[in-house]
Amino acid sequence: MDLFEYQARDIFEKHGVPVLQGLTADTPEEAEAAAAKIGGTVVVKAQVKAGGRGKAGGVKVVHNPQQAKEAAEAILRLVIKDLPVKRVMIAEGAKIAREFYFSVLLDRSNRTFLSLCSVEGGMDIEQLAEERPEALAKVAVDAVTGIDLNKALAIAKAGGFDEATAAKVAPVLVKLYEVFVKEDATLVEVNPLVETEDGRILALDGKVTLDDNAEFRHTDREEMERDALDPLEAKAKAWDLNYVKLDGEVGIIGNGAGLVMSTLDVVAYAGEKHGGVRPANFLDIGGGASAEVMANGLDVILGDKQVKSVFVNVFGGITACDAVANGIVGALEKLGSAATKPLVVRLDGNNVAVGRRILAEANHPLVTVVATMDEAADKAAELANR
Amino acid sequence: MAIFLDENSKIIVQGMTGSEGMKHTGRMLKGGSNIVGGVNPRKAGETVEVEGKTLPIFGTVAEAMAATGANVSVAFVPPAFSKAAAVEAIDAEIPLLVVITEGIPVHDSASFWAYNVSKGAKTRIIGPNCPGIISPGKSNAGITPSDITGFGPIGLVSKSGTLTYQMMYELRDIGMSTAIGIGGDPVIGTTHIDALAAFQADPETKAIVLIGEIGGDSEEKAAAYIKDNVTKPVVAYVAGFTAPEGKTMGHAGAIVSGSAGTAQAKKEAFEAVGVKVGKTPSETAALMREVIASL
Repeated sequence: MDLFEYQARDIFEKHGVPVLQGLTADTPEEAEAAAAKIGGTVVVKAQVKAGGRGKAGGVKVVHNPQQAKEAAEAILRLVIKDLPVKRVMIAEGAKIAREFYFSVLLDRSNRTFLSLCSVEGGMDIEQLAEERPEALAKVAVDAVTGIDLNKALAIAKAGGFDEATAAKVAPVLVKLYEVFVKEDATLVEVNPLVETEDGRILALDGKVTLDDNAEFRHTDREEMERDALDPLEAKAKAWDLNYVKLDGEVGIIGNGAGLVMSTLDVVAYAGEKHGGVRPANFLDIGGGASAEVMANGLDVILGDKQVKSVFVNVFGGITACDAVANGIVGALEKLGSAATKPLVVRLDGNNVAVGRRILAEANHPLVTVVATMDEAADKAAELANR
Repeated sequence: MAIFLDENSKIIVQGMTGSEGMKHTGRMLKGGSNIVGGVNPRKAGETVEVEGKTLPIFGTVAEAMAATGANVSVAFVPPAFSKAAAVEAIDAEIPLLVVITEGIPVHDSASFWAYNVSKGAKTRIIGPNCPGIISPGKSNAGITPSDITGFGPIGLVSKSGTLTYQMMYELRDIGMSTAIGIGGDPVIGTTHIDALAAFQADPETKAIVLIGEIGGDSEEKAAAYIKDNVTKPVVAYVAGFTAPEGKTMGHAGAIVSGSAGTAQAKKEAFEAVGVKVGKTPSETAALMREVIASL
């Protein structure tokens, strides 16, 4: 999960990373009040998870509460990279002397953590990495030993900091690593990290990505603002289904993430011969394919108005195909007249003969059983193109 | 032979007394695996009956190894306790640890991986978030169904569990030396490359099927490795061409970030080194059939 800037700021503050005051506002009036509370020059910043906010007019420096109100009014009307701005952050102003860059992230490729650091911050870091890679230090961070003060000094020096500035920045890097570990983040990025004219080091803008697998040990995050989910995704989530909405016509249900991903591809491939139909969703029902899970899955998929056919693709590994077949029959019974689209079913593996017999005996008018995955994908695509 | 797991493997199960642990201990025993005990500190000294066999429960992995000569551990431990279980197995220097659990925080897996490296990597870790490893006819450590296929000349390495089963099924008349599911998490203990190196060295493996998916660069690295080190024929399959950018597709590691980790890039990396890539699992199996026929 990617955090909004204001959430990153709050998390930084919680761990003792020096930040400026920042208050959120959802209306121009709230922005005015926040600016009055902070006082002096403030920055009104659009809270959207997209780069290029400044260029899009989503960041404005203002000098009094009235101006803050006007700026918020304008910014709250913006749509930046397809994302409507619903909230702004009113941030205390600062006199910036220098801008730096620091991040620490999960380095999958090397199965470790990696810190990136440069004395030249503020600009687009990918651009810096491309144009002047020597200016961006990449320092591996061991997941056991982490970033202590000595490591932080080494990182800062590698990033081109002079001795005196490195000594000032290093304790902040240690705190940012604490954020990374204690919050189970896969990315903590500060751009810019600044030195103010009066010599303070501050994290001015932060980007944080949290590990969804670690949610169980961060129960304090329940109140945290989440991205608005697609209504079907929200419905699936409430049923604990692993569903991702796409924009095609063939609904997909399968078991196992890899097999479902593969099913989407095979359907898209088959769709090339059938008017370019595409998969409508990713839905992994996992190991247990009970009638209830199957009914819930079908319910979500049939709620997608674009769906014209459904492909149920199950390989019975641990799950037995007879249980899946019973699940399908039970789900159709449960849904009754709400089940309106043709279902193409491919079952293979554990107890497949019994599973296919159950479906044959049920002889449901919407269900077609096809022997192989490729043929079933073709059939589902054909039905979606009618 | 086979790789990493064979008829000499003596398996203990960490978390055996839990429901998943019990279920799969039974399945592994039925499939012919030599399971010699379980680990649960709260039930040390007790025994459990599984599939007509009485299995002792030990307090620690080290005790289990000392008493039984176990050289493999399969961990069915909930995400919150998986790191401690892995560290315990690493401390005991068990040669092979298979972590089945899905949903382990990546800081935990990165941390027990780094810990293993700091201890000289004496433990081969497979997973997390994987089906485990099976050498048909010899042993099965994990949740792969034992009866999909028998022993044969194909080595299989895959990020996905169900695609492992699917491919074993497609090629069931030919059979496998070893099928290994390396897992769908961002940080895993055994990579495509590790499996490729072992299959290349294994005289029983004549050809290799590699299954990858979106996310990370394991497939790209595997392609480069094949070019320089693998002389046995390899065919590949990659899942996730239709996955949108920025969405996690079931597996924690299956995500296209910006332009990185796409299925297209992985396919191109394989094809650039002469590895044929099937458009569907069945087509991939057909490619492997051609390879086997030409041997």
